[in-house]
Amino acid sequence: MANVLAFAESRGGELRKVALEAVTAARALADAEGGEVHALLMGAPGIAAKAEQLGRHGADVVLVVEHPALANHSAEVAAATAAARAREGAYGAVVFSASAQGKDLAPRVAAKLGVPMAADVLSLEGAPGSVSVTHPGYASKVTRTLTLSAKPAILSLRPGAFTPAAVTKAGRVETLAPAMDPASARVVVKEMVQGRSGKPDLGDAPVIVSGGRGLRAAENFRLVEELADAFGNAAVGCTRAVADDGWRPQSDQIGQTGRTVSPDLYVAVGISGAIQHLAGMRTAKTIVAINRDKEAPIFKVADYGIVGDALEVVPALTAAVREAKQGH
Amino acid sequence: MKIVVCIKRVPDMESRFRITADGKLVDEAGLKFDMSDFDGYAVEVALQLTEKLPQGEVVVVSLGPDAVQEVLRKALSMGAARAIHLKADRVPADGFAVARALAAELQGGGYDLIMFGKHAMDTMSGVVGPMTAELLGLPNVSAASKLDVASGKGTARRELEGGAEIVEFPLPAVVSIDEGIARPRYPSLKGIMAAKKKPLETKPAQLDVARLEVTKTELPADRQGGRIIGEGAAAVPELVRLLQTEAKVL
Ligand SMILES: Cc1cc2nc3c(=O)[nH]c(=O)nc-3n(C[C@H](O)[C@H](O)[C@H](O)COP(=O)(O)OP(=O)(O)OC[C@H]3O[C@@H](n4cnc5c(N)ncnc54)[C@H](O)[C@@H]3O)c2cc1C
Ligand SMILES: Nc1ncnc2c1ncn2[C@@H]1O[C@H](COP(=O)(O)O)[C@@H](O)[C@H]1O
Repeated sequence: MANVLAFAESRGGELRKVALEAVTAARALADAEGGEVHALLMGAPGIAAKAEQLGRHGADVVLVVEHPALANHSAEVAAATAAARAREGAYGAVVFSASAQGKDLAPRVAAKLGVPMAADVLSLEGAPGSVSVTHPGYASKVTRTLTLSAKPAILSLRPGAFTPAAVTKAGRVETLAPAMDPASARVVVKEMVQGRSGKPDLGDAPVIVSGGRGLRAAENFRLVEELADAFGNAAVGCTRAVADDGWRPQSDQIGQTGRTVSPDLYVAVGISGAIQHLAGMRTAKTIVAINRDKEAPIFKVADYGIVGDALEVVPALTAAVREAKQGH
Repeated sequence: MKIVVCIKRVPDMESRFRITADGKLVDEAGLKFDMSDFDGYAVEVALQLTEKLPQGEVVVVSLGPDAVQEVLRKALSMGAARAIHLKADRVPADGFAVARALAAELQGGGYDLIMFGKHAMDTMSGVVGPMTAELLGLPNVSAASKLDVASGKGTARRELEGGAEIVEFPLPAVVSIDEGIARPRYPSLKGIMAAKKKPLETKPAQLDVARLEVTKTELPADRQGGRIIGEGAAAVPELVRLLQTEAKVL
């Protein structure tokens, strides 16, 4: 593998965890053939301060693009800049996250460079002249291996699938200019809508507590939120049945037509485990299910199951988790 | 207002999938097929937009074998005005090849909006829409969860991790559609009858060599699930112990 370019995603002047995941995956690809990892970091002036963190996760070179108009991410400016850099650098691969930003950005870069891409990558392997990756297909009911022979191989990584690893590199900083005038971008962000403040996002959270219709009423989601709070680092998800009933916002829905997540721990409360729901969470590392019906399909994928009434089991679990956390 | 929606025919995702003997692909023989979920949402959004505006027209395009005419007819019966079938023996796995063939057809079509699903249910990639936008040199909005157009301008909402953004863009533009924005209508009997008479044009797809190949397809190994550790609140201490010592997530 020649050198590898990683797009270091940021928002509001902060690096996102997926930036470190992209650098980590790029490092693995580059190491296979002794290449370098170059990280592309774009943002408003001041973003250069984040270069050091990319170096600590394996970037040999951090290419910093600062511009006052880049306080909000612009996919057009990012795509033009990443494609221009990729052309110049003759990279073997260019790695993005399959985050909301990355899903929008990576295919444009691929089209600008005239090459195919692999999206939502779960694992990857570099070989001389090609890159093979796995990614989900058919509503996540199969795993497909794709082989890309065009250069560079453009990849977007499933958030959470690559654990950021600390590999200290010099992280030499170079500055770059945006490849197009940010003022000429056609798609303009007019407003950023903040989610619930202080709560980790479903895509970033190492723990997800998710509720289904078995909670019986919208107000019982309080129990799910309290369990999430007890874990401290948890986000709250839900099934489509619950989102459709208006108990939770659509953006919390996990599954085939909602978010796809890969947390370390997924706690399914009062969720039957329909295939459309499993499509969004079956790659979680550990799955816990709490359901009244011991025949519920969720138990077939759960590592640990408790048969019982959620309204009774969840408060007990919340208390026990709180205690366990304090014991640390 | 002229809108074109690109729709893909995919197997029913409720199917029990099997893998072909060479281990490379999903064996699609004998499966039921339908329009990909998000593409159905896109058709619905397009119909709603054109119903509100004067001289609205929705065109649908699908690339693939003759069987894709089923999903084109379905879109016609929902209310689209005409359909274009880009004929190919099969849909290549390489989304860029598909995007190039679609762009070649859509170029110069005079569309105000070119719409896609967020991703196709089989590839789950979401690349064909933004790639087509790039090839046509048009602004692109991926995974819109709300869409409005008025006087040559579009406004869309995109869900981000932990928030959302509201974007504005000039038309013509490419937009791909997320869930939640609209539920596709069921074709009425009248719609189904009318669809039979609507124009469906077939032409060869301009496909060149695919440079991305599916080299293996596997059914995920069954999780070692099914371990019920107990009943009711009494099982909680054992669960916490396992989370600490075995799963090491607490
Ligand atoms: C095209 C399509 C796309 C879809 N996309 C999605 C998607 O993205 N995400 C998604 O989630 N669904 C999706 N669905 C819906 C999916 O098929 C299921 O209907 C849905 O996931 C069920 O939600 P649920 O588990 O909350 O409800 P139910 O299926 O009603 O299950 C409730 C469960 O709670 C248990 N229960 C009841 N009371 C209690 C109690 N007191 N304590 C503990 N347990 C209890 C029951 O035993 C049952 O197992 C989709 C469906 C279709 C057709
Ligand atoms: N063969 C096809 N014919 C028409 N549209 C397609 C085809 N393949 C993909 N698309 C469109 O591109 C979107 C994204 O597909 P994908 O990039 O494969 O996830 C789909 O939701 C469709 O709108």
